[in-house]
Amino acid sequence: MKQIVIVGVGGQGTLLASRILGHIAIAEGLDAKVSEVHGMSQRGGSVITHVRIAGPGETVYSPLVEQGGADVIVSFERLEALRALPYLKAGGTIVLNDQKILPMPVITGAMEYPADALERIQASARVIAVDALGVARACGTGKAANIVLLGVLSNLLPYGPKRWQEAIAACVKPAFVEMNLKAFEEGRYLG
Amino acid sequence: MKELMLGNEAIARGAYEAGVRVVSSYPGTPSTEITENAVRYDGIYAEWAPNEKVALEVSLGAAIAGGRALCCMKHVGLNVAADPLFTAAYTGINGGLLIVVADDPGMHSSQNEQDSRFYARSAHVPMLEPSDSQECKDMVARAFAISEEYDTPVLMRVTTRIAHARSLVELSEPTEIPLRDYVKDMRKYVMMPGNARGRHVVVEAREKRLAEDCSAFSDLNRVEMNSAKLGVVCSGAAYDYVREALPEASVLKLGMVYPLPKKLIEDFASRVEQLIVVEDMEPFFEDAIKSWGIPCCGKEKTGLQGELFVRKLSTLFAGAPDAGPQETPGVPPRPPVLCPGCPHRAVFYVLHKLRAHVSADIGCYTLGALKPLDAVDSVVCMGASIGIAHGAEKARGSSFARETVAVIGDSTLMHSGITGLVNAAYNESTGTIIVVDNSTTGMTGHQENPLTGKNLRGDIAPRVNLVKLCEAIGIRRVRVVDPFELKELETVLKEEMAADELSVVIARRPCALLKSVRIEAPVTVVADACVKCFACMRLGCPAIIKTPGGPVIDTALCTGCGLCQKVCPTGAIKKGGERA
Repeated sequence: MKQIVIVGVGGQGTLLASRILGHIAIAEGLDAKVSEVHGMSQRGGSVITHVRIAGPGETVYSPLVEQGGADVIVSFERLEALRALPYLKAGGTIVLNDQKILPMPVITGAMEYPADALERIQASARVIAVDALGVARACGTGKAANIVLLGVLSNLLPYGPKRWQEAIAACVKPAFVEMNLKAFEEGRYLG
Repeated sequence: MKELMLGNEAIARGAYEAGVRVVSSYPGTPSTEITENAVRYDGIYAEWAPNEKVALEVSLGAAIAGGRALCCMKHVGLNVAADPLFTAAYTGINGGLLIVVADDPGMHSSQNEQDSRFYARSAHVPMLEPSDSQECKDMVARAFAISEEYDTPVLMRVTTRIAHARSLVELSEPTEIPLRDYVKDMRKYVMMPGNARGRHVVVEAREKRLAEDCSAFSDLNRVEMNSAKLGVVCSGAAYDYVREALPEASVLKLGMVYPLPKKLIEDFASRVEQLIVVEDMEPFFEDAIKSWGIPCCGKEKTGLQGELFVRKLSTLFAGAPDAGPQETPGVPPRPPVLCPGCPHRAVFYVLHKLRAHVSADIGCYTLGALKPLDAVDSVVCMGASIGIAHGAEKARGSSFARETVAVIGDSTLMHSGITGLVNAAYNESTGTIIVVDNSTTGMTGHQENPLTGKNLRGDIAPRVNLVKLCEAIGIRRVRVVDPFELKELETVLKEEMAADELSVVIARRPCALLKSVRIEAPVTVVADACVKCFACMRLGCPAIIKTPGGPVIDTALCTGCGLCQKVCPTGAIKKGGERA
């Protein structure tokens, strides 16, 4: 069983990443469940998607990753990685888009964005921090930041690059396939 | 062929495969995607009704006319549709009728945590509950078979973790279900007392027959025997958690959650040493089982609030150490916010400034309650804002009404605000009602409604003329303003709040997320002109960030709406920022 938690801020495109993982599971002939967040939190709030992909012959019952259960946390934002830490399994890895998006209590000055967020994450887990947004922009669109992160993630999961490429091609609009595949390759190289 | 589908997508697929002809629903998280997907299938007519009561009446009409019909809503929607539900139980159906209701344990996107299973019991209607997307699809066909065999509407309950989880679904071909003959049957479908007395007898007999039959519904209710030490009765998402938390336990998985298969449960209880009941929300199974004299335990351990999950169950029932609710300390919360460019922001900014008492309603604009806008006193249920403001006036007098406004969105007004509006006019309210008309149903993800001029299929549809509607109700003071004309909005609100009769102010500007809305170049703060008064921060815009050097615009988020330019006293915010 591979368990992945994808966290970010509503509107960042976390759902596409989980959909691509789901595609890979089907192509591999594995059972899987993906739990998504729709509704209120999508308006700029914290969002979390749970992905559980079975090993051969296994069945996935619960759609949720339990705290302490994630092999990998893919975080689209630094503070959200810190928030999601309790989900990480001992020895797990965090794939981090090292971007800061300030939550409203910080924007208004009521609270502070923890200055040591990255250090705290690094102190408790293996972290692969990348500038996914910058890399994606270099590939032609900042919107492919999620695909850059999947490129990094692909090095940590037992599914071959072809599976990933096919899944990406199936899940993004035809006009953007090439750009996204490039973003994926860049991510693979970074990880 | 297998696909990874949301539970909601699978229900729509199930409707297609089961030959459903008519779907009528009102959007509500976590149920919305069922109807959004159903409309894409050939042979299904699907629509957004203005509210769940109308949706159920439309679906019942289709069923009485001989076609299979589906009606979908969130849990609180069933409160609205309860009136037709209770009597549809009496009339029964002709073509099958399935009502899907989506509960939200943990309140991810809801105002309460109500358990819809009680509706099945009090309306005497059978209810099914799936545990994954495959069952979501399969149970739709099963529900229609039960509906037509027993001549009853059927409820299907899903919860957020089933509706919004993707799992594998094996697709099948659609079945051709011919229309049933339409036969006028006054005694069955005209529910006046003389007929209804006769039908109540039918309802009771039907429920008895179902209660006896359902112990043999082995495709829905399934025993998975394992160790005899511990037996668990569960359904829905709880089954998924139980299988992982208590792998040694024997399980009675209920797919039919009302009526309960008493014989099956008694038999299961007799085969295990200890019986526990694991269910999200209320002790619905547990109370019934205890009432039959079978000892069991459930809610005294799992509690009534929030969601179940695997670790909770393994701690409670398998002796695993309690890891407690783990949160990383010192992480600021990230609540949802009104988006950059949101037209609602202007309305709440002015209401905050005017220190108005605000009864608001259900929608994105509920977020006007959060700091720094902090401009909402109450939010209860769909359409409640107008009645609450009217009631406050009747209790405290018209001087209070001069400080009070009701705020309601376009879709919510069409849903159930209109009756409140009629009441306010009819019973001579002197208050002010703001309709925040952003031309969409925002929070649930942009559904059309009778005020948008389009229907569920995206076709052009007749559009309610809101000004004429207000006039027809008898409201003389109706004003239309663009909320981004901030000064005008403030002037209009002051005038209408001071007026000694009922006013409606329509604050009209489309949602900033609609594709038709143009995003302007971002603004920027000219440091020399900024006096660091932070007046712009009172807008609560996520694109304006407080720094010691003064406010800074996040140009990746800014939509260039210009609202901050209008509140800046020194004109320090200018157009022409570079898009990051």
